[in-house]
Amino acid sequence: MGLATESKFHVLAVDDSIIDRKLIERLLKTSSFQVTAVDSGIKALEFLGLHEDDEQISPNKAFTSPMNQQEMAVNLIITDYCMPGMTGYDLDIPVVIMSSENVPSRINRCLEEGADEFFLKPVRLSDVNKLKPHIMKRKNLDGENLKRETGQEQALEGLEVIQSLQQEAVAPQKQGIGNNNKRKAMELEEALSQDHRTRPRCSGLTVI
Amino acid sequence: MAAVIQLQRQLLDYTTSLYNEAYLDGQFTQLQQLQDESNPDFVVEVVSLFFEDSQRLLDDLTATLNQQVVDFKRVDAHVHQLKGSSSSIGAQRVQRACIVFRNYCEQQNTEGCLKCLQQVKNEYYLVKNKLETLFKLEQQLVAAGGSIPMQ
Repeated sequence: MGLATESKFHVLAVDDSIIDRKLIERLLKTSSFQVTAVDSGIKALEFLGLHEDDEQISPNKAFTSPMNQQEMAVNLIITDYCMPGMTGYDLDIPVVIMSSENVPSRINRCLEEGADEFFLKPVRLSDVNKLKPHIMKRKNLDGENLKRETGQEQALEGLEVIQSLQQEAVAPQKQGIGNNNKRKAMELEEALSQDHRTRPRCSGLTVI
Repeated sequence: MAAVIQLQRQLLDYTTSLYNEAYLDGQFTQLQQLQDESNPDFVVEVVSLFFEDSQRLLDDLTATLNQQVVDFKRVDAHVHQLKGSSSSIGAQRVQRACIVFRNYCEQQNTEGCLKCLQQVKNEYYLVKNKLETLFKLEQQLVAAGGSIPMQ
């Protein structure tokens, strides 16, 4: 495939159901994604290099090996709603939530708290076709330097982001990017921080 | 060949009946559409995982519901899982039985749950049997030189 920049997008799928993992893996591969499927939030965080025993938690940790850099770079996370353990961590890539329960308040909450998309299970090919735009949007915004807003503003930010989902670019002053441009992972009652619109990736985390 | 045509007909009729009787729904078709030359056994693989997983869940449910003190949280979690996996492969009747089951879980009604468990088991063994028959028909068709018609 030549340059790293032209290789397939890599999706990390998180689901504790072996059937659903197999299904999402097939769906993603059919859509030309590279896939890593894990069965827990903890394993997902480990894979992302965010669940470390070391003092310094850095997304770069897992990617120090040049050999791993390419394949380990994750462009999007798709996770089952009921995945415990992915709380309190900041991620800087799009997150898509899947759930078998069609509860509008839950769906809205996910989106308000920063999830890029919400898919009702069983997930279909037509859903997976919606993923690439979210990845491309990030890539378009790469390289911009933005600072993070406080937690209280993140919910508002989330709403703004939802509104701006259709727009090409996002005004820098509206967005926040964490000091490490991360955003919180989703958990049942946990809020997602909203900085994925504007993340310059930490070097080494991905190859653009 | 007449044999191939007959087997194809048989397979088609059988498949149609499964959909008509709601043993399977559109999700099963989705699975079939994900199968191709590079993944020729995808459907069988997913369904096999479903069988293994479901058996495990049903066994656990049986044990849990027969305890002196029933852990309804555990029962509900397992039924939720089974509902999800049956939905993912298109086993509609199993899924529906699970939905009813969860209502009794919420009410913490042991007797109701035991009845539901039996119902879910019935539906599960039925669809398992149907799917195994379906796969056998497919194998026969392929062995006779035919190919499984794309859905």
